[in-house]
Parts: sequence; structure tokens; C-alpha cells
Amino acid sequence: MLLSNFVLLNTSISSWFDWSQLPVLIGTLICVLIVLYTTFYQAGRRKFKMREIAGLRAVEDAIGRATEMARPILFTPGWGGDIQRPTTIASMNILSHIAETTARYDCPLIYPTHDPVIMSVAQEVVAESYARAGHPDRFQSDNIRYVSSSQFGYAAAVDGLICRYEPSSIFLLGTFEAESLILAETGNSVGAIQIAGTDSTIQLSFFIVACDYTLIGEELFAASGYLSGDESILASVRSQDIIKVLIAFLLIAATLWATFDPDSSWWRF
Amino acid sequence: MRRRVPQLVCGLFGLLIFTLHFLTSDQAHRTYRLILDDYYQIVFAFALLVGVVSFIRVNLKAVERGKDRPYRIVSLLGLLLMPVLAMGWGIGGDSPFLWVFDNVQVPMQATVFALLAFYVASASFRGFRARSLPATVLLLSALLTLLSRSDLGGFMAEYITPVADWVRYNPSMSARRAILIGIGLGSLTTSLRVILGIERTWLGGGK
Repeated sequence: MLLSNFVLLNTSISSWFDWSQLPVLIGTLICVLIVLYTTFYQAGRRKFKMREIAGLRAVEDAIGRATEMARPILFTPGWGGDIQRPTTIASMNILSHIAETTARYDCPLIYPTHDPVIMSVAQEVVAESYARAGHPDRFQSDNIRYVSSSQFGYAAAVDGLICRYEPSSIFLLGTFEAESLILAETGNSVGAIQIAGTDSTIQLSFFIVACDYTLIGEELFAASGYLSGDESILASVRSQDIIKVLIAFLLIAATLWATFDPDSSWWRF
Repeated sequence: MRRRVPQLVCGLFGLLIFTLHFLTSDQAHRTYRLILDDYYQIVFAFALLVGVVSFIRVNLKAVERGKDRPYRIVSLLGLLLMPVLAMGWGIGGDSPFLWVFDNVQVPMQATVFALLAFYVASASFRGFRARSLPATVLLLSALLTLLSRSDLGGFMAEYITPVADWVRYNPSMSARRAILIGIGLGSLTTSLRVILGIERTWLGGGK
């Protein structure tokens, strides 16, 4: 009876589970366990320290510069992403920190976006940051604005804002596509200090050439922990290093295996 | 309460999407698409209304103040004109909506896109200078790639293109993959932080 139930369960699992996704499931579960272990177990027991990230260290200088020059700061998340994207969430984390500092210095912060959902979330994030800084009266919801959902309409609108307001500092942090260089070069033409970061490797090369500081790869995602110093977030960043070491070992093992046994295929998933 | 409920909804839907990804049934796929496409479209439709209201308010205020008045009026007219044309005459082959789209919006978008050519030239002029060893390597790689894509008889195809392709598919691709692994892991941990409620900045931050 027990055996027949087990066989029945096994058959039903086989029918509804996508077995081609098994390596993805195993890999994801290993990563999740490592993140949970470092975040919840090690966070209270160890002090985590993050290396200096030039782009994030320059955030304070960029805000200070804008305040001294009495010019605004422009922050835009790019045209390529929506609120479901981790890059957009990561850029919101940086926005929160920047908004808190600009609220203290009474420096205007302009946030144009292509997505009304991002606009609503950004308004909430900035309003809370101004309240946290003790200056809710300085928050202007019109500065967090929706401009256009069209890619080059958005690029033209942000270019127009840059040319008219001449911001002293520009933050290009989020998901960018072909508009990246148009925005970065316009920012450069008004003499703004520019800090950029994106998850697109193609656009990263444009940012590296055109901007003063560029957050590369996981630096954009680590910004939240770096800027806030929150132990749990720093611990989760630490878990990335552990997973990276595991991936490196896996790559070396697979390379050696493929070299000595070219017909093997276990590592192809 | 104001933060707990959205956090709970986010965590539950995160786990649900994760689970549905590994299921084969049609029902699971339909639910997956329903959450990702239909639910998001509903949220987007309401948020678009907020966005358009914000757009009109910002531009009307600017018109009142006399700041960039002509541009603001054109923006507002564009916003009003397109829905009126679409609702009045439809969006079919000979409709005024499509005529405005093809003859006004598309050329304007193409114009902004064309600016990219000039910006690539100015950024290259500034960036590709042999100030240090890494900058020199960047300059040489860029020159090699540019030359390999131009046609000067058979010389480029025979000697330069294979070298440029080697640079693209080996050192350049290795660096790109390393960055992509970092981005993938960063996305994973950021998503987990949001699902588990460790990261609350998207809710305005705080405890």
C-alpha cells in the first residue's frame, strides 16, 4: 500500500515537474541557502567590511558640489527597466540615500522617468527620505516626474532637462539601452559630475568612456549595504563572494574534466 | 501595517512565481503569465493615469510661470491630440493618427537616435587617449575593431578581422562573462532581500 502510494506520488511529481529545469532548481537552492545562512546566521556574529567603491564614495562629493554651486541634482533610472527588475530596486536604494542627503542640504533633486509605476515608487521613496532627514516640507512631488514612455522621447526630455537646469551632478543608475550615451554626453556638455551604473554590459562600455565614475557589475547591487552600513545587507553581499568562489571552483573542475574527457557532458547545463 | 501588507504580498508572489517556473502544467503557465503580464498591466494602467496627471500638472504650472512656454504647450497639445485622433478616426491604415505617428513621431525619434553618431565620435575622442597602459590597450582594441569593420580591399578580411574577432570572443568575452556573473548574483541577492523583507527601501525604507 505504502509502496504503491509512493510510486503514484513519484509518477505525479514526474508529470508536473519540469525536469529540464532541475539543474537550475538545485543551483538556485544552493545560492538561496548560502544567502540565508550568511544573512541570518553570520550577520549578528561577524563584522563585514566592504572594499572602497570609488563611484559610491563620490556620491557625497557630488551632492556637496551641487549644493555649493546652487544647482540641482538629476537622477534617472534609464528607459530599459520596470519596477520588477532588480536593477531598478537597486537604483531605488541609492536614490533613497541621495534624497536623504539632498533633503539635509536643501539641494533640489530632479527624477525624470519613463515608467509611471517607477515614478509612483520613487515619489514614495523620496518623500520618506525627506521625512527621515527631518525636512518633509522640502519634498516637491513635481520633481519626480513621468516624461514619456517612448525611448527617444524620454531621451529628448531628459536631455532638455539637463540643458535647461544644468545640474551639477547626474546619476545614471538603472537599466539603460541606446539612450545611455545620449544622456551621458549631454551631461558632460554641461560640465556635470556623472556617476553611472547599469546591468547592461554593452551600455557599461559607453558609461566607462563618458562618465566620471561607473559602478560595474555587482557594485550597483552592493550600493545599498555600502551606503546604509546595514549588517544584514552587508552579509547578503558577503554571500555573493562565497557563491562566486563556488562558481570559480566549478568552472575549473569543468574545464579540467572537459580537457581530460572531451566526451563527457555532465557539466553542460 | 502600511509596510507589512505590501511586504507580505511581495514575499508571497515572489515565492509563487519561483515555484510556477518549475511546473509543467498549462494551468501553472497560465497563472505565471497572468501574474507577470495581466496583473502588471492593471497596475500600470492605474499608474499611467497618475503619470499623465503629473505630466499635465507640471507642464501647466510651467505654462503659467511662462517658463519654456512654447515647448510645454507643444507637449500638452501632443498629449491631447493623439488620443482624440485615435478615438475619433481609429488607428487603421489611412487614419490621421497613423499619419501623425509616421510623419511626426517616427522622424523625431529617428532624429534623436541619429544624435548618437555624433556622441559616439565625441566620447571616443575624449575616452580613447593613451594616458596609461589600460587606456592604451583600450585604444588599440578600439582601433582594431573599427578597422576590422571597414573594408579596405582584402587586407582587412585576411589579417585584421581574425585578430579583432579573437579580441572580441576571448579577452573581451571573458571580462563580459565575469561582469554578467556578478550582475546575476547581485540580482539574486537583491531579489531575495526584497522577498524576505530585509530590503525595505522600495517601501520608503525604515523598520
